[in-house]
Amino acid sequence: MNTVSQEGLLDWAGPILQGALTTLEIAVLAYAIGLVLGLIGASARLSPWAPLRGLATAYSTAVRAVPELLLIILLYYAGSQALTALIHAMGLPGQVAINGFVTAVGVLAFVQGAYMTEVLRGAILAIPKGQLEAADAFGFSTWSRFHRIVIPAMLPNALPGMSNLWLILIKDTALISVIGFSELFFTIQQAAASTRAHFLFYAAAGAIYLLMTLSSTALFARLERYVRRGQPAQEEA
Amino acid sequence: MDFSWLADPFYQEYLLEGFVNTLWLVAVSAVGGLILAVAVAMARLKGPRPLAWFAHGFTTVMRGTPLLVQLFFFYYGVGRLLEGIPGIQDSLIWPILRDPFFYGALTFILSVGAYSGEVLRGALLSVPPGEREAGRAFGMSPFQVFIRLWLPRAVQLCLPTLTGEMILLLKSVPLVSTIALMDLLQAANIIRDETFLVYEPLMLIAGIYLAMTMVLTLVLRQVEHYFPGMQPTRHRWLPIRGKEQAPCKN
Repeated sequence: MNTVSQEGLLDWAGPILQGALTTLEIAVLAYAIGLVLGLIGASARLSPWAPLRGLATAYSTAVRAVPELLLIILLYYAGSQALTALIHAMGLPGQVAINGFVTAVGVLAFVQGAYMTEVLRGAILAIPKGQLEAADAFGFSTWSRFHRIVIPAMLPNALPGMSNLWLILIKDTALISVIGFSELFFTIQQAAASTRAHFLFYAAAGAIYLLMTLSSTALFARLERYVRRGQPAQEEA
Repeated sequence: MDFSWLADPFYQEYLLEGFVNTLWLVAVSAVGGLILAVAVAMARLKGPRPLAWFAHGFTTVMRGTPLLVQLFFFYYGVGRLLEGIPGIQDSLIWPILRDPFFYGALTFILSVGAYSGEVLRGALLSVPPGEREAGRAFGMSPFQVFIRLWLPRAVQLCLPTLTGEMILLLKSVPLVSTIALMDLLQAANIIRDETFLVYEPLMLIAGIYLAMTMVLTLVLRQVEHYFPGMQPTRHRWLPIRGKEQAPCKN
């Protein structure tokens, strides 16, 4: 029995690696878009204009109060329907297949953006007011104040939260398998079902995810040291 | 929007069963998980070295892998292995070992134990040693010091984080629909299959979860309010899983 399952693992190594790559692609893209959404959301939550604040608060509250899996299923159907409607509206001929990859990235980015909004908002609020006033006093425009002062000053505060969100995102990509898109965990499920070596393949899945999260943790630790380079050395909590 | 299916008693029964199962799962996992968390935290702080290493490895693995993978690992992986043990299907515990609820609860207990154990470890570390020494000086046994002083003080320091973990637990319950356990999402999926409605059942469930998160937040806030000696803290409702390594601040 043992030899059978060993063969199974080798046979499936190619597809599993392919799935792992797809998972990483989804995660990186969703993270990048989520970061942009988070920046927009955080700016909106801090904006002086009340309707914009309300909209951003509603977005981040609603998304964070509903379970991720439920949101992913709900948005998957809503998203693919919207995409079809859009394609029909543009008058493209023929049946266009819904791209599972695009939907997966979109859905995860939407969820990620809500959490990112909160992380970035907190980090921006933690910037000492004097630094922003100094920028104003030197005649910085709003935009240059944003990218010269706000971003570098906020990053050390935001990075621990951002690193957590990245880890949560990697783990959330597994949820995409529920809607049947072929990423890492979906491939693993197929492999487990066809070889009947459930224990082996799910353990392997755990090992691959663990490898991804542990190496990301190390990378983020280096990144944090880099963005803190201008700050006085402080003991870790 | 078509919500006429809500009047159907069959569907009502599904939804009720899903709701009750969800609550049970949260209750069992919260109690079991927090007990495990205390054990994990103490194993890492005071356990003999192999036990401390084991506890460290356990938290790393549980926190580094997706909950869905863990659920599949226990239900399909471990579950199928157990099935193969000769004679187990005639034994008294087999009805339990066959039940997806058992695997769901097991996975959640281990997960809560790992995440909260790490939170608790940080809190235990930030209780000033002088307080424990004072307890010893009053003639308490080490166990009494732990039960009466060290643990309550640590819980006091990280209660908002721990209650946050409970809300995250509630939000991970829909995952069990993938192992055919009748939770709210599974009920919604059955209704969707039978009525051919794509959105309405899911939206109802989303609304129920929104309400449940709010109610749980309010209940847990009361718990924090009545916990002796709690400092009033600024709350953010809806937690983000925090950096677990950092001990909670007072």
